[in-house]
Amino acid sequence: MSFIIVVGGGQVGKNVTRTLLELGHEVVVLEQRRDRHMQLEEEFGHRARFGDGTELSVLEGAGIKRPADIVVAVTGDDEDNIIICQLAKELYGVAKVVARVNDPRNQAHFDLLGIAPSVSATEMVMALVQHEMPQHELVHLVQLARENLEIVEVEVGDKAPAAGKRVEELRLPQTARLISVMREGVAEIAVGSTELRPGDQVLGILEPGGEAELKRLLVGEKKR
Amino acid sequence: MKAIVVGCGRVGSALAQRLHAAGWDVAAVDESEEALERLGEKWPGAFHLGHGLDVALLEEAGIADADLVLVATDGDNTNLVVAQIAKQRYEVSKVAVRVLDPARAAFYSNRGFDVVSPTTMAIEALAELAFEGQRT
Repeated sequence: MSFIIVVGGGQVGKNVTRTLLELGHEVVVLEQRRDRHMQLEEEFGHRARFGDGTELSVLEGAGIKRPADIVVAVTGDDEDNIIICQLAKELYGVAKVVARVNDPRNQAHFDLLGIAPSVSATEMVMALVQHEMPQHELVHLVQLARENLEIVEVEVGDKAPAAGKRVEELRLPQTARLISVMREGVAEIAVGSTELRPGDQVLGILEPGGEAELKRLLVGEKKR
Repeated sequence: MKAIVVGCGRVGSALAQRLHAAGWDVAAVDESEEALERLGEKWPGAFHLGHGLDVALLEEAGIADADLVLVATDGDNTNLVVAQIAKQRYEVSKVAVRVLDPARAAFYSNRGFDVVSPTTMAIEALAELAFEGQRT
């Protein structure tokens, strides 16, 4: 069982709190709007606390000094989520923070200030939308922040260097490996002898920065 | 010398005018058109309408070659994030920020930018007046 502080009791915070409680964790949820706090209190009782979660006294009242195992910053303001995570990690020694990114344009600020993992609903929806599009080149499906790896999906291009080759023949960069190859709706694990054909959907795992080389090999020249 | 003032309320607009009078090239940034009124009808400097976290806007205002960034919006957290972006991403040599909450002001005080807390200053000044004459 972990002790978790959830800051922000909107739709995301409320549902995260409920789920964590169902899983048996100890949770405190902070909300600074009176109306929302009252609703939360009805459902969560004393676990819902009123206050601005970027105020040190409010965080301390919620028990952050014990310290909390995890702080989840899911307010609707990105600057608040950034400050909450900085305070949690740097002032109170909380080992793990999870932050919500409301405006994907602010993702760079979270990254700059080392706040990870951070989750953007917009980005996740966009990844799924692109995943469903018939013609896409390279889509970021999952970011594994702690591992500093990401899982991407690539469609093999008609004139790609990889088209018609086996996985073992590819000169993949050291920072990237293929996971699976899907053709006509059937996926198989990518092994050395797996052959790549144009139109195949390939999942790969790579270190950030390896996209360009993987794209060059698998997609080839840019599509029309 | 180039300065950017993010947040043009009473404090920011007065700072922008003073810097301009002292010969600085000043760009003001604020979310609201009303800020322009506070700067005055004849404000000769640049004005950029938008949020201080919008890096496209900050770049348009010239943050890449700014010598000074002053941050004084009405949000402490916005101010602290903008200051960190100015310092860490754009390496602006002098960054100063207003933070009303003394606790947050103290926590962020050693990060390469100056933090001014009007609340702390008011407490100090009023306390000094209160104790004036009581000292033996």
